[in-house]
Amino acid sequence: MKICITAQGDSLDALVDPRFGRCKYFAISDTESLMAEFIENKDKDGMGGVGVGAGQLMADKGVEAVLTGNIGPNAHRTLQAGNIKVITGVSGKVIDAMNRFAKGELKSADGPNVDTHFGEKGEVPK
Amino acid sequence: MIISVASGKGGTGKTTVSVSLALSLKDKAKLIDCDVEEPNAHIFIKPIITEEYPVCAIVPEIDSGKCKLCGKCGEICEYNAIAVMPDKPGVKGQTIVFSELCHGCGACMYFCPKLAIKEKERKIGLVQKGYRAGLGFIQGKLNIGEAMSPPVIREVKKRMSAETTVIIDAPPGTTCPVIAAINGSDYCVLVTEPTPFGLNDLVLATELLEKMKIPYGVVINRSGMGDGKTMAYCQKNGIPVLMEIPFRKEIAMSYSRGRSIVEDFPEYEKSFIQMVDNIRVYVEK
Repeated sequence: MKICITAQGDSLDALVDPRFGRCKYFAISDTESLMAEFIENKDKDGMGGVGVGAGQLMADKGVEAVLTGNIGPNAHRTLQAGNIKVITGVSGKVIDAMNRFAKGELKSADGPNVDTHFGEKGEVPK
Repeated sequence: MIISVASGKGGTGKTTVSVSLALSLKDKAKLIDCDVEEPNAHIFIKPIITEEYPVCAIVPEIDSGKCKLCGKCGEICEYNAIAVMPDKPGVKGQTIVFSELCHGCGACMYFCPKLAIKEKERKIGLVQKGYRAGLGFIQGKLNIGEAMSPPVIREVKKRMSAETTVIIDAPPGTTCPVIAAINGSDYCVLVTEPTPFGLNDLVLATELLEKMKIPYGVVINRSGMGDGKTMAYCQKNGIPVLMEIPFRKEIAMSYSRGRSIVEDFPEYEKSFIQMVDNIRVYVEK
């Protein structure tokens, strides 16, 4: 199963980025391989609609589940339309998040948990 | 002749100046409030509104029967207002539109190879037309929660005719709404205050006007407060200072009662009429 973890750096030891549309990297991984392809998020400082763009990227990459800290309403609507699972509240290292997901320890979110333009300040929100 | 009243910084006195200009010219003028996010000239003009028109923005509507989920519309959209989710085993894909992100450019409709996108109208504001005695008045109002004011500003300007002297009260700043408001003006009056903030934003506004090739002059409001750097900047760069309005408590008091300077201090009327005459001579030469 193809999954994506939002990451603050481009290694498996990097921390999970609490932002979806404005994360630094998308770590695209396969639950069987425990390897990841890191895609730099070029839209992270975009004016708006970055969550929709990130959701489109997930669909284009064939991602089936997104693991992140928070998700806004537009991103959530996009991922839901694409039948892509969303798991929020994920923190710690990317590799640990992958392992926990593989063991079935992480559950899907019912809806968005932050408003639009969350994480716009350019810093990693606490 | 169209004179727009703009400023870099907000709260410097655009409405004070544009209302005073319009009231001084009486029935020889029209006042157009293009600050559609917070129109306030009506507070001073107290117009009788006689006509009202809705303003709509165009948003795409997807015909899911015709759409083949090719993704062209989403790719072309500069504002991420469309996402195209492909078919999956057991789940049908779909093209979704985020109306509030759409800027109404129409590129998605133009590029759709299946002609599956239609224009849909969404009301975003209104234009009101009225008068006070012989003075014509038009204003635009953007609905609360809407982000894009230029379509409303353009509708306001469509309803004005330039046969008399038109005074446009522009929004503050130097971005798209300001450009939409002052575009096509014969002259722009920049209102500033003699403070570091006022000067910083005045410089930005002059750069915009240089690019737009609209001649301009400066009105220094609340003159006497702050410092002399604004005046020095204008003199150094050959920018005409059209008028100085002194920093006076009495002027602020009449403003807060919704009264124009020229109503409570008629001695200023001559200065405003003179300003328009000077601008006319400059524009017509």
